[in-house]
Amino acid sequence: MIAGTISKITGPVAVASGMIGSKMYDIVRVGHEGLMGEIIRLEGDRSTVQVYEDTSGLKVGDPVESTEGPLLVELGPGLLSSIYDGVQRPLPVIAAQSGDYIQRGTVASALDRERLWDFTPVATVGQEVVGGDVIGTTPEGQTILHKVMVPPNVKGRLKKVAPAGQYTVDTTVATLEDGTEIKMSQWWPVRQGRPYTRKLDPTHPFTTGMRILDTFFPIALGGNAIIPGGFGTGKTVTQQSLAKWADVDIIVYVGCGERGNEMTEVLVEFPELEDPRTGAPLMDRTVLVANTSNMPVAAREASIYVGATLAEFYRDMGYNVAMMADSTSRWGEALREVSGRLEEMPGEEGYPAYLATRLAAFYERSGRVQALGADEDRVGSVTMVGAVSPAGGDMSEPMTQNSLRVSGAFWALDTSLAQRRHFPAISWTKSYTLFLGQVRTWYEENVAGDWHELRDQAMSILQKETELQEIVQLVGPDALPESEKIVLEVARMLREDFLQQFAFDEVDAYCPPKKQYLILKAILSFHEAAVSALNRGVSLRQILEMPFKDEIGTMKTTPHEEAMEAIPVFCTKVAEGIAGIEVY
Amino acid sequence: MTPETMTPPQEPMVRPLVSTDYRTLSYVTGPLIFVENVEDVAYDEMVAIRMPDGGHRSGQVLEVSGTTAVIQVFEGTQGIDIDATEVRFLEDVARIDVSPDLLGRVMNGTGAPIDGGAPIIPERRLQVTGAPINPYAREKPADFIETGISAIDGLNTLVRGQKLPIFSGSGLPANQLAAQIIRQARVKSGEEFAVVFGAMGITHREAAYFMNQFESTGALERVVFFLNLADDPTVERLLTPKAALTVAEYLAFEKDMQVLVVLSDMTNYCEALREVSTAREEVPGRRGYPGYMYTDLSMIYERAGRIKGRKGSVTQLPILTMPDDDITHPIPDLTGYITEGQIVLSRQLHRRAVYPPIDVLPCLSRLMNLGIGEGKTRDDHRAVANQLYAAYAQGRDLRKLVAIVGEEALSDNDRAYLRFADEFEKRIVGQGEEGRTIEETLAISWELMAGLPMAELKRVREFIGAYHPSAEQESGDL
Repeated sequence: MIAGTISKITGPVAVASGMIGSKMYDIVRVGHEGLMGEIIRLEGDRSTVQVYEDTSGLKVGDPVESTEGPLLVELGPGLLSSIYDGVQRPLPVIAAQSGDYIQRGTVASALDRERLWDFTPVATVGQEVVGGDVIGTTPEGQTILHKVMVPPNVKGRLKKVAPAGQYTVDTTVATLEDGTEIKMSQWWPVRQGRPYTRKLDPTHPFTTGMRILDTFFPIALGGNAIIPGGFGTGKTVTQQSLAKWADVDIIVYVGCGERGNEMTEVLVEFPELEDPRTGAPLMDRTVLVANTSNMPVAAREASIYVGATLAEFYRDMGYNVAMMADSTSRWGEALREVSGRLEEMPGEEGYPAYLATRLAAFYERSGRVQALGADEDRVGSVTMVGAVSPAGGDMSEPMTQNSLRVSGAFWALDTSLAQRRHFPAISWTKSYTLFLGQVRTWYEENVAGDWHELRDQAMSILQKETELQEIVQLVGPDALPESEKIVLEVARMLREDFLQQFAFDEVDAYCPPKKQYLILKAILSFHEAAVSALNRGVSLRQILEMPFKDEIGTMKTTPHEEAMEAIPVFCTKVAEGIAGIEVY
Repeated sequence: MTPETMTPPQEPMVRPLVSTDYRTLSYVTGPLIFVENVEDVAYDEMVAIRMPDGGHRSGQVLEVSGTTAVIQVFEGTQGIDIDATEVRFLEDVARIDVSPDLLGRVMNGTGAPIDGGAPIIPERRLQVTGAPINPYAREKPADFIETGISAIDGLNTLVRGQKLPIFSGSGLPANQLAAQIIRQARVKSGEEFAVVFGAMGITHREAAYFMNQFESTGALERVVFFLNLADDPTVERLLTPKAALTVAEYLAFEKDMQVLVVLSDMTNYCEALREVSTAREEVPGRRGYPGYMYTDLSMIYERAGRIKGRKGSVTQLPILTMPDDDITHPIPDLTGYITEGQIVLSRQLHRRAVYPPIDVLPCLSRLMNLGIGEGKTRDDHRAVANQLYAAYAQGRDLRKLVAIVGEEALSDNDRAYLRFADEFEKRIVGQGEEGRTIEETLAISWELMAGLPMAELKRVREFIGAYHPSAEQESGDL
């Protein structure tokens, strides 16, 4: 056993001496209370440890013991609908053990050891299995079928498979001929990505029900995106909307160094909300990792890796998983704080020089993969959406810039939009996506053949508006010719009736892609008809007097089925109505 | 609720029969002293210092490395020498005496009474660094706290359990506003309400102003006042908000009170943090502030909240000065990322003699929806706030246009908005020293909205019949 004593303590970092044999990132127990820590530097016989818990009261000379293994998470049935702290301790269990405040040295098992799961074997005795192969299944919640898999790096011939029945997570459900036991749950080190057979090209869109994202800046399942924005621009609301409505099987939501009250909101709301596709509570497909800003900083650093590992585990079962990290900047700050305590040479703005490497390694854990195992049809994905909180709203700071380099889409939140109460406050001029080419085919096949054209047309109208606004600010709107006033008018409709979306409205919170397309189509039909009418010599006032504008405005809050039936009729009506205006 | 659940259980305190006094100071810099050859010293432990002249000071261990301890001295290091100064380690973390009798008392930054009154007989002695509330044990913030300020109550409502900072600038009347809120604030349900006021680094003049205000209006009896003056030691300032919040938590979660904590000025607190960090020669983050400032601030702000199964609540209203009115400065920036919204004061409004000079456009109360509506304030509250926001924003935009093209070029509609923006600043924001109930605020709002054409009131349409001053005459043409 490797054991030493503390020789220095400063904030969340302690130095232990007499630790010969320690390995980097091994977990240690610090002090008499056995606080959990992780080795982050080795120097002779001294190990530097970042402690995941409050270090007040630790003394020089207190014992430090190594567990001689890295930080592991337990993966098995029962993860869904759980809420964990940054090192996978269930918060309800901590609350039951130590009351309303989080106390130090709490040890809590990630999974319920007593709970029985209905196991149905899939594999048969004598079968050759490799890592990732499914031994059996157990229903987890109402909708997810949990697959008990052979851990990666294990293979052999099955000697024994447990019959169908009720087992706990500790039960051995299969034994290999070499004696290896396979249990209902398995362990995996968080800082290491779980292996897969091969990465696949992401082609299927990650639909979110948010019009600006799905239509203007879509990403693919297995892609990743960042949402940077100053405070009050709606990062968390956007993340929560995604968690509620995104078209995926599993959600892993990591609240990393954010507000306690926000986590409570998620905790109260999610069990009450229904999954729009299955009708089951949203919580049934959600895992929460909550490490609020006042909880220990080192655990915050670990929390996003815990989240990524949980996401990969369900990906390996063949599910589409979305991981939300809110906010990655807090993770970066945790890195900076620990780096500062180690007295490392700082890079830009005090962040460590390895920030970019760590970020790249993290975001590369997303992807659409063919899962490990002999069966080749198991395809799963991890889509990552990371919120970034740029200091002072300045997007040139290191966290935003380094995240930009590795992420596939940039959903920029804009303070001035938020102040005008335009929500979601995602800027259509600054945002971009690199997945457009990959998801275009899907949209053209499943939504409409001219989807891409309409999108481009709408974008160019909004772009034109930005240019015209500059002129308007100088000379006033009256100086513009009517052909340009109509652009302003249509752009306003696009902004108010298409881009703005009420996250709290029952109908508008989720807008199916088909309806998104139709609303866009309605606005652009109006535009087309109006432009040709203006060319005939009709005045803009005459066009605007037609009752169409109001009707477009109510589309987003009209129930989906009803709206989708009505809009094509409406488009014809608009075309005819405007064409029928007489010139005088 | 058992007292044990309030603070972390302490390790059994084994006091040695003979305590050691160290005379092994090796280095003194700024607010820090370094003591050599120490044994058995704990991180964060409190320290008693005996000065060469016989005086006493207190400090706290910031770092232990081998046999060297780094100590921050709360009362400053002036007069400390290497030779004769003695240091004793107290084997305990920082604590404060609490009791319901604290209401109406004035304490210094470390919690010792300075009002000349009787010593406080403690009911409990609590650790000042609170443990984080388990997110699972939190209750969603809810219910309304009336501040009596229209721009806050009407447009950016303060909700129990929320933390809503006021971003001020130097020379702006933030303290006047703070005093007014402390005077007027109340909960509508009539539950017990208390204010804990932590003043950090304020001047004698400001302190006198507060005392005057509280004494003359009788507000003092429900206020616990922590006073750290600008010329008090810097390090004491680091303890002040923690002491104040410990008292607040005690009153809220053990005495079932609704507690509003006002902290002023957080900028001074952050400056103190930077001073200590620099003295320790730490790697600086942005603008010289330590890299852990976010974590440190969150350990103050996150102590606001409600807890399942307990009646009380801790609501925070921290006040900070934005250096050079820069909202992107690290102090307001990090604060904004932790708190649930912000109230922003504007120099333009102040110059135009609008008091309180709250610029509502950059203001936000994230939790507003949890505290308003039927049964809490009034059913039309959300709609009215939305309409006021939209109309005022439009009026402000038009002002820019008027500067270029002149008012003649505007339509009648636009002129109505311009007038609305002026009236809004004068009547809703610029309410002066009077306190207003939420009903009064809403009534004035409706009067103002009546100045706009009926067709423009899209966001309050369903309430026009019930609240619009001229609803009877005009409801027909809707």
